Amino acid sequence: MKKGNLMIMLLLVLAYLFLLLFQRETGMQALTAAGGYLKEMILVIPGITLLMGLFEVWIPKESTQKYLGEGSGLKGFFLAFLFGTAPTGPLYIAFPIARQLLAKGARVANVVVFLGAWAALKIPQILMEAKFLGMSFTLTRFSLTLLAVLAIGYLMERILKYRKVTF
Amino acid sequence: MKGEVVLATAAIYVLALGFLGYSFFKDKEKTKKAIKIAGKSMVRLLPGMLMVVGLVGLILGLISPETIGHYLGAESGPSGTFLAAIFGALTLIPSMLSFPLAASLLEAGASITTVAAFITTLVMVGFVTAPMEIRELGKEFTILRNGLAFIFAIIIALIMGVIL
Repeated sequence: MKKGNLMIMLLLVLAYLFLLLFQRETGMQALTAAGGYLKEMILVIPGITLLMGLFEVWIPKESTQKYLGEGSGLKGFFLAFLFGTAPTGPLYIAFPIARQLLAKGARVANVVVFLGAWAALKIPQILMEAKFLGMSFTLTRFSLTLLAVLAIGYLMERILKYRKVTF
Repeated sequence: MKGEVVLATAAIYVLALGFLGYSFFKDKEKTKKAIKIAGKSMVRLLPGMLMVVGLVGLILGLISPETIGHYLGAESGPSGTFLAAIFGALTLIPSMLSFPLAASLLEAGASITTVAAFITTLVMVGFVTAPMEIRELGKEFTILRNGLAFIFAIIIALIMGVIL
């Protein structure tokens, strides 16, 4: 583990200890929340990494490039969007998938669209939202967020290219 | 556990195991390699995951949904909207809880703009997941994605306040 990460971990442990000693209720609340998320992660991660491993050996770089890379155009965007809206769990498991897509030759804009759709435009989430906040709120947010995600994707691709960041 | 999570997890495993069976049938060597890669990725993901879990717990402990409701309920000015956006960016609340919370904020008198800012940054900006995003995609990618998402979330909220 890198030094910086070790520091963060140490600080986290200290924060928990401090809370548990001096703010018992808040500390327990934090610990319970962390436990819940830990359970969820432990459950999801083996499945996701298995899919990633299979993807790595079976899907050739050329096909990722062709369908999600430069020149994949509107179809590539659409595929990335569809891929992201599938009901597939919390955002943090999308990061390693995004990394793999980039490594396999997908363009940055499409990967950002994928992440954005995963985070903000997931179908089950939309249904929940419509139930609690109403159809017009949900549809307006959905359309505006879709436009925003596209804009963020293109902006990021431009900026990262300009700054010569490679993946 | 929440039904949403159970369903997503089940879908992942049905997909992964089906794919694995097919892969094993087609090519044992490749399948072995895939499993090895999966193991390595798991080890690589572990530290980031632990950090995210630690941060999520702390923040949920310190900023509970009740606290958010308390601060944003009757507040509807620009500062309320900005605060909502910050709360949304900082916390990671499952949608099962966040949408009822948002609905209760509206009932308590918060404006559409404030609620939209909260929901949009909640889903698009991830402060607590940033350590993992940085590990996987790098600092520049993470800062750009979250920064731009925050700016766009506020724009979205403002537009929604005008048209709804």
